[in-house]
Amino acid sequence: MPNPDSIGAWGVAIALAGGAVRGSIPYMFVSLGECLTEKSGRINLGMEGILLMGAMSAFWVSDRSGSPWLGALAAAAVSGLLGLLHAGITELPRVNDVAAGIAMIIFGSGLAFFFGKQFVAPMAPQLPVFDLGTGFSNTAIHSALRISPLFFVGIAAGLVLHYLFERTRWGLHVRATGDAPEAARSMGIPVRWHRVVATTIGAALAGVGGSHLTLYFPGIWSEGISGGQGLMAVALVIFARWSPLRCLAASLLFGGAQALGPSLQSAGVTGFYHLFNASPYLLTLAVMIASCSQKRTLAGIPGALMRRGAG
Amino acid sequence: MNLSKDGAGFETVLIPLAAVAAGTLIFALFCEWAGASAVGVFRSIYKAGFGSWFSWQNSLVRAAPLMLCGLATALPARVGIITVGNEGAFVIGGLAATAAGLATAPAQPLICLSAMAVAGMVAGGAWIALAAGLQHYRGVNAVISSLLLNYIGLAILLQMVEGPMRDPASLNFPATFAIPETHQLGRIAGSRVHDGLLFGVIACLLAWFLLEKTVWGMKAKVVGGNPRTAKLVGLPLGQIILTAGFLGGACAGLAGMVEVAAIHSRASQSISAGYGYVGILVAFLARHSPLRVLIVSVVLGAVVASGGILQRDHDLPDATIAVFEGIVFLTILASETLYGRKFSLAVLARNAAHAES
Repeated sequence: MPNPDSIGAWGVAIALAGGAVRGSIPYMFVSLGECLTEKSGRINLGMEGILLMGAMSAFWVSDRSGSPWLGALAAAAVSGLLGLLHAGITELPRVNDVAAGIAMIIFGSGLAFFFGKQFVAPMAPQLPVFDLGTGFSNTAIHSALRISPLFFVGIAAGLVLHYLFERTRWGLHVRATGDAPEAARSMGIPVRWHRVVATTIGAALAGVGGSHLTLYFPGIWSEGISGGQGLMAVALVIFARWSPLRCLAASLLFGGAQALGPSLQSAGVTGFYHLFNASPYLLTLAVMIASCSQKRTLAGIPGALMRRGAG
Repeated sequence: MNLSKDGAGFETVLIPLAAVAAGTLIFALFCEWAGASAVGVFRSIYKAGFGSWFSWQNSLVRAAPLMLCGLATALPARVGIITVGNEGAFVIGGLAATAAGLATAPAQPLICLSAMAVAGMVAGGAWIALAAGLQHYRGVNAVISSLLLNYIGLAILLQMVEGPMRDPASLNFPATFAIPETHQLGRIAGSRVHDGLLFGVIACLLAWFLLEKTVWGMKAKVVGGNPRTAKLVGLPLGQIILTAGFLGGACAGLAGMVEVAAIHSRASQSISAGYGYVGILVAFLARHSPLRVLIVSVVLGAVVASGGILQRDHDLPDATIAVFEGIVFLTILASETLYGRKFSLAVLARNAAHAES
């Protein structure tokens, strides 16, 4: 762990910046996944359960196979299956996707805890890190610059998603599905197919975010490992106005908020520890209050979501 | 959203039963796949829940907070607001009740317990009313805000328990000072079941009366069924939604008070035992009808009580129960799709009969 005491207040800032990069990764993947899902007109509130299943599967496969990359892939596959389940259930007429999301949280976390109980290894093989700070003798700076490759994968995923939405026929069709399903259907766009595919890929992305939780330092599996990050990432999409690029920026902000408690604690500020740890939740709530409005004329909201008042 | 239908008839009984049966079957396959005997697992759950007077009492002790937490989701759902902040309202209610109990400890037990109940209900009520109000006035999704409030509620509990309200004698496991033993919530005559069960039953009956037999209940139904109509006929939407949120939250807060006053005598991390989350399932299984919340809570109380036995007898982790709950939750939601269809099947059959004659 960094010892920011040695450089005082700067230590807190550096620990925060490092924490923001580290902590942003699950937010990035989940918010990009949710962004894709919601662009198709579907809401998946079950991301918290899906993130946990991703984290658990990654640990399991990495531990058994010895390959952390295989673990990350398994996380994507398992979480994708859960997304497919959510998509299938919510395609049934009269099934409410908000309620189905709540059920997915309980189902996903239940499954993850069920299979996670058997883990005996304290740690699974970890993903390699990019050690960009080898030149610095200061441990805080060095530690902040040990960056997971998933950080760059996440940035790339955001850029790719942005490109797909803006520049490709597939992206246009997904957006049409989410904005005006009736019109899209009459144009011959297979709306059900697009919703199912978007929800499945969205959940698979969230699973990769989950793999970061168990395959990066400290790399242990515990039932509290996600701590609502899947949920906050869903809220973050509203704040990011359904734009993949803004999802990336907002994820960094949330990662930083999450690092606030631990950074202050390691700098010797120990009062109100639990309240500082709650700062991401408070930030999310504040951000939602600020960015929503009763009239629900949110810029960028997919039309199908707006009409159901689901923003 | 078709959440507030509460019609009579076979449909509303048969479809949920079929959905639970389907969920149970899937869970049975899951158990077999996990290497346990499904029949054995169900026998254990039954034995742990209803096998003897002793296990009945165990189930009823757990049914009490489930009834109150079930109402916490069911009541706001009837006005069209889905909230899942039960756990947060539960711990905040428990914390407020502890504070009130410690402040009034020198008084008569009845006064002290009343103060605890009122404090718990007001705190829990405000907690859920906040989420309901944010959705109504600001368009903030109440599912997300109320789940966030669960985390915030737990953080406040931990902060108070480890900070200002900490009993210095609680070294390894931070907790508040204890409410005097003389002020504990009583037991129902001849049993280990505490009076919290009465609170739960009375709350369900009162909620049923309020929704089905009063003018307010009628207004609430209009708001839940069609907000636009409600606005057109001049109903005070905000007021009705805030009231439903407050009443629901008050139930969860009262459950937190019961947990402190009947079981722990003090607030600590262990009052957050997950009843709030199971309460969500209770409400959805009951399709947000207070009387069905009563029945479903007893059944799920038994299921919750069986967690330990599954671990001992079948070597299954305690999360097995959560898997069961998740599967049943999903099948219940999927069964929503059958409601319109079953009716149309009946119409089809009748038409076919007409055609033949």
